[in-house]
Amino acid sequence: MRDSTWWERAGARLRQSIFLLPLVYLLIFFFYPLSAIFRLSLAPEGHLDLQPLRVLITDRYYLHILWFTTWQATVSTILTLAIGMPAAYIFAHYTFPGKSLLRALTTIPFVLPTLVVATAFIALLGPRGWLNLWLMRLLHLEHPPIALMHTIWIILLAHVFYNATVIVRIVGGFWANLNPQLEEAARVLGADRRRTLFRITLPLLWPSLAAASLLVFLFCFTSFGVILVLGGPHFATLEVEIYRQAVHLFHLPIAAALSIVQMVITFIVMWGYTRLQARTAIPLNFRPQQTTQQPMRDWRSRLAMLLGLGTLLLILMLPLASLVERSLATEGGWSLRFYRELFMNRREAILFVPPAEAVRNSLVFALATVGMSLLIGVISAYLLAQPRYGFSAILDPIFMLPLGTSAVTLGFGFILALGRPPLDLRVSPILVPLAHTLVAYPFVVRSLLPVLRGLNPHWREAAAVLGATPARTWLRIDLPIVGRAVLVGAVFAFTVSMGEFGATALVARPEFPTMPIAIYRFLGQPGELNYGQALAMSTLLMLVCTVGLLLIERFRYRDIGEF
Amino acid sequence: MRRFFISTLLLAVVLAGCAPSASGPGALPTATAEHPTLVLMTHDSFNISDSLIKQFEQETGATFKVLRAGDAGAALNQAILSKDNPLADVFFGVDNTFFGRAIQADIFESYDSPKLAEIPDELDLDSQHRLLPVDFGYVCLNYDKAYFAEKGLDVPQRLEDLTRPEYKGLLVVENPATSSPGLAFLITTVAYFGEDGYLNFWQKLRENDVYVTDGWEDAYYGQFSGGSGKGTRPLVVSYATSPAAEVYFSEGKLKEAPTGNILPEGGSFRQIEFVGILKGAKHPDLARKWVDFMLSRPFQEYIPLQMFVYPANETAALPEVFQKFAQVPSAPAKITPEEIDAGRERWIDAWTKVVLH
Repeated sequence: MRDSTWWERAGARLRQSIFLLPLVYLLIFFFYPLSAIFRLSLAPEGHLDLQPLRVLITDRYYLHILWFTTWQATVSTILTLAIGMPAAYIFAHYTFPGKSLLRALTTIPFVLPTLVVATAFIALLGPRGWLNLWLMRLLHLEHPPIALMHTIWIILLAHVFYNATVIVRIVGGFWANLNPQLEEAARVLGADRRRTLFRITLPLLWPSLAAASLLVFLFCFTSFGVILVLGGPHFATLEVEIYRQAVHLFHLPIAAALSIVQMVITFIVMWGYTRLQARTAIPLNFRPQQTTQQPMRDWRSRLAMLLGLGTLLLILMLPLASLVERSLATEGGWSLRFYRELFMNRREAILFVPPAEAVRNSLVFALATVGMSLLIGVISAYLLAQPRYGFSAILDPIFMLPLGTSAVTLGFGFILALGRPPLDLRVSPILVPLAHTLVAYPFVVRSLLPVLRGLNPHWREAAAVLGATPARTWLRIDLPIVGRAVLVGAVFAFTVSMGEFGATALVARPEFPTMPIAIYRFLGQPGELNYGQALAMSTLLMLVCTVGLLLIERFRYRDIGEF
Repeated sequence: MRRFFISTLLLAVVLAGCAPSASGPGALPTATAEHPTLVLMTHDSFNISDSLIKQFEQETGATFKVLRAGDAGAALNQAILSKDNPLADVFFGVDNTFFGRAIQADIFESYDSPKLAEIPDELDLDSQHRLLPVDFGYVCLNYDKAYFAEKGLDVPQRLEDLTRPEYKGLLVVENPATSSPGLAFLITTVAYFGEDGYLNFWQKLRENDVYVTDGWEDAYYGQFSGGSGKGTRPLVVSYATSPAAEVYFSEGKLKEAPTGNILPEGGSFRQIEFVGILKGAKHPDLARKWVDFMLSRPFQEYIPLQMFVYPANETAALPEVFQKFAQVPSAPAKITPEEIDAGRERWIDAWTKVVLH
């Protein structure tokens, strides 16, 4: 072999240094702020005081919270899988009219603020909700028969409502590219449906299944708004307790200790997952979707679709529909009054947010988040997929840590760490997408990694042997297969930002009000007009997101698109 | 691998060095002598009219910026955390339930505003004038007029009435550990029943099926049956101005408030909101001008309809909807910020054990 020239070596060096980008980003915007708040909380005098951690481990109250946090997240994940899998199957295997719209709608819950979701559930299941009124009329009851508010059931239901889309998109997207020939071969060789499912399909799906479940688990594990608003004060996750301790009691040491516990558990879960993944990863023969999907031809597949999608649609669409209905319901029947009102500034207040401005701010932040998350996420995924870097077992859990980190803690960390020159970002609008990206890029990593690991190395080798340059190999082999997973990641990055996840709700910010912020402002004051406008703004948020998701899904490049 | 991490570290340092260039157009403009920028840090429910801001900007030649930092508790904590390098010049939104924490943290400068002469002494709680009163409101029980009329039930007159069987399952309150009106109501019960009696009252309330939410929004819109509430319970802890807000935000449809206040002697809480100049403010002179401006009549007269509370300045005129539909309790609970500060966490802890566990 000839000696490599200096520019080839420089190119290789450059490719390697690109891998540093996600690490640098995490270092500055995650570990540095966190270390600042932990230092202030646990070592205010300069020496470490671990007393708060000891209190946590010995106090039964905190052990109870830890136990509740863990089991509700586990049960929520199992339920979400049960509801999401049939829908993932249908989206992966069939083409039918209205498919992209339907899939976009399954993602809408992801962007809705919890107070709005609570409003929807109350309209539907509350004591004066549709279901109770209907049952009371039907059964001639005096009192509402269903009391779900402030129970564990509404928490589980809300978690399924929020997270089903993670299963549908990540597993569904992976499933759509699986080569059906293995299953067909098993059937031909005499395996029945059950056997084929358990011996062939599920093992092949495992990487995406595990990745999606992991995300759902972490989201439920750090659940905050759902517990606070729907679960009520009788329930507390670690995240809720951190919020109470940090914001209302200003007990920073306890809050920091709880945050550390939360992160350690996230790390352990992630580490176990990575170990499991490494052992089971097998190269797969991905196929383009045109060859794996078919229109529904017979009544059997139509029935399957009805049953599979039915449950999901019932859980997702009814609350959304009730929101839209409430936003239109005025005393004189249905009207657009609340929508018109959105555009008027009756009290000439600076609190007034012109809807167009809120939409624009939300979209600008969301697009910036998508860009940054793709950059960080794609590079991270490629770094983790490198077989020769043995440290991915440690690096992977580290990359996922932001998902398991308390938003309040990180928000306070920003205040402490990002305020000193040369890095005063505390009041810069850039901080908003930077913070959103912390929650968004793990989605890109998780949807991308199963595909990258499953990519058959022989294809790349074959391309190289046939004389393709690395760039050409990437363009013709990697991109068509990886592209779909990148789009799935983009969708989640978009929704994470539109829904104002994570630390941004708590960090100080100058006047760039987004749609969720406008909704919260309306709900902060009593009166029919405020309530109505909050719901009108929520409906607008759903609309903008649906359009945004459809546009992202429209994006096509050769084989990519449809996912 | 080691080299890899060392180079990571190096790159981080380099990037950190050039990061300020990344601060976007919305970053705080570097203030010049001619065009200083006054930054007000406050909670999410702060609101004021555009024309007033313009007036202030014209009078002073400064640019005015608002920095919102979450709810009242979160905003104050962020101000405390950033005390070495303040985010703003002025902070608005400390109330008398968090007064002690703010004073102890020592983040405010004293300022004897000439406007204090127009503010009643009973609102002026800080003798050193680090925190100056801007507005006040009353946390009290609201009831659903239609419900009580329909059932022919008497409206409870005193707080202890709430534990009677006929009011079983009718009341919704907010968690004092997460909600500011919730905390105000807990403090009211401490002042009303005394340190040795309030827990007994809450125990009985629990037995009488009191419903607890974590925030005002869920309590009022989700559980309360009166006015714009969508729930089933006719009694809620809210504000004495809520009935007026119901009328105001009905756009002339309601000629009378659908809800009413229950204001027994000592059974409501006066919540006072304060403004203060942050220590280390970049523009202390401008900050003082802003404080004067906030306490002066034009600003004070805008407060009622923007934030649905009362202006602290006695000379400010009240809007019609306040005169007609809002009530001022004759005797709110008597308790000092010092007492609140000494007891707050103990009461919340005890309350949580009695009501929630």
